[in-house]
Amino acid sequence: MKNLRFLCPNGHLGFAPIKTESFYLGVNSKPDFILADSGSDDIGPGPLGSDTSTSPLDWQRHDLDHMLRASRQLGIPMLIGSAGDTGSNSRVDLYVKIIKELAGKHKLPKFKLGYFYSDVTKDCLKAKMAAGQSIRGLDGRPDLTLEELDATDRIVAMAGVHPYIKLLDMGADVIIGGRSSDCVIFAGPAIRAGFPEALSYYLGKVLECASFCAEPYAGKETVIGEISMEDVKVTAMHPNQRCTVASVAGHAMYERSNPFDEFVAGGRLDMSNCRYEQYDDRTTRITGPQFVPADEFRVKLEGSGKVGERFIGMVGIRDPYTIAHIDQVIQWAKDQVKERFSESGYELYYHVYGKNGVMGDMEPLKDVRSHELCVVVQGIAPTKEMAEEVCMTGTRQMFYARLPQVKGTAGGVAFLLDEVLPASPAYRWTLNHTVAADHPLELFPVHLTEAGI
Amino acid sequence: METVKLSSLAKTIRSKNAGVDRITFDIIFLDQASYEKVKTANVLSRRSVATLYGIQESRISDFVFFDPAYAIKFTISRNRPSGSPGDSDIFGSQQYAPLLDIEVPVG
Repeated sequence: MKNLRFLCPNGHLGFAPIKTESFYLGVNSKPDFILADSGSDDIGPGPLGSDTSTSPLDWQRHDLDHMLRASRQLGIPMLIGSAGDTGSNSRVDLYVKIIKELAGKHKLPKFKLGYFYSDVTKDCLKAKMAAGQSIRGLDGRPDLTLEELDATDRIVAMAGVHPYIKLLDMGADVIIGGRSSDCVIFAGPAIRAGFPEALSYYLGKVLECASFCAEPYAGKETVIGEISMEDVKVTAMHPNQRCTVASVAGHAMYERSNPFDEFVAGGRLDMSNCRYEQYDDRTTRITGPQFVPADEFRVKLEGSGKVGERFIGMVGIRDPYTIAHIDQVIQWAKDQVKERFSESGYELYYHVYGKNGVMGDMEPLKDVRSHELCVVVQGIAPTKEMAEEVCMTGTRQMFYARLPQVKGTAGGVAFLLDEVLPASPAYRWTLNHTVAADHPLELFPVHLTEAGI
Repeated sequence: METVKLSSLAKTIRSKNAGVDRITFDIIFLDQASYEKVKTANVLSRRSVATLYGIQESRISDFVFFDPAYAIKFTISRNRPSGSPGDSDIFGSQQYAPLLDIEVPVG
């Protein structure tokens, strides 16, 4: 069987634009597929909860434009997973619309555009729970409760290879995927072509962040992975980058709890017996991954729920006595908020930069060593009006903090702005769970349309 | 005994989200000698990391030596899920700094 070559220009398409020089070096080598993941849960729960993108529309369009034109010119499939940062239905619709607009703009010959959705309704999960199924917690979370489900605004399911294979079977030339495990975008077409599951999933695992598997460190550069029946070879396209044993093996660890397991819908990629060897100057060869099918077909769920409206306040402190007593200053301000709003019904947080603003309780340096501090105050409440007042009280009352020995009696903090600023509403991850599916496409309805002229 | 800082032996020391509920830490060495030196010195362990960060050992979900990459890797559960109100490091990308100054015995 002929080896197949997969070109990946970007991990998390849209988050920053691709670098086109290495992309076209890759395109000119005539790959068999062009693929990219476009989502991440690194961006926090806000975009999923509010159903927005964190990536600017122009950057999303930029990357899709280059990829679409290259794919149509070469006559090879283009696959995008987790459209628009979250992979929610509205993001899939957005990318489908962009693809159609670009196809029209460039007068591309007619092609088949496949897409699938990943949103899961609360009613769907309620029905499963009522039927006695447990929605199991991941990473130490308890199983899903109805209360936590009710606190959720939006849920997406993490697709496996199945909707990609289905859409390719239906003749799709371009696929816009809902939320998907990163590696399955690549594994789908490889498995469909007849390559072993283990090597196919590994191919996806190593390619999904594009040039992050190469060195020296550089994002948004193109890499190409080649799969055979025996191995995967991955090559950096940027002239100054190389895929080395260290960079490729190192990437297996990236943003995962351990470097040996990658879980997908339907099984687990086991990388504990992977062997890495330098194949040529810029290419590393990998053999030995294994795929362990799951006993039960379970799908990962991500859910986000709104906590409240949010305002942000900022103050600076220079008086060394005030710095030494910063905890008392904050306690005073908290007490004033409590006096106004009682103990509950809002949330109030203080991030003390110069002390432990980045690490909080995990900061090993307990003494404040800075000559000045910046305190960022977050006030969160059900309405904007209340959030503003919570934050305003929590911020401005630091100015009035009553420290017995303080010399400066005309104001305890410095204001950059004598106001608090509206911020995006606060959300939290309510679901990091798995659910059993009756069949692999149950949660991922597929659709086929046309684009071009 | 003479010591050197971990930052002078490792090529990469980083932290990053591993899903929404965990942060993972990677310490990657340029060569096998440096890697073995740190591995055998036993200055990085579940216990030492828990002490350094002031957390219970039970919060460390994984702690592995990953020979192919000359890397030591551990993962902890977060105080709160990433991006929740009160979280100050949505990507978990600035939690590695205390590792830089770990003293490694040499000689």
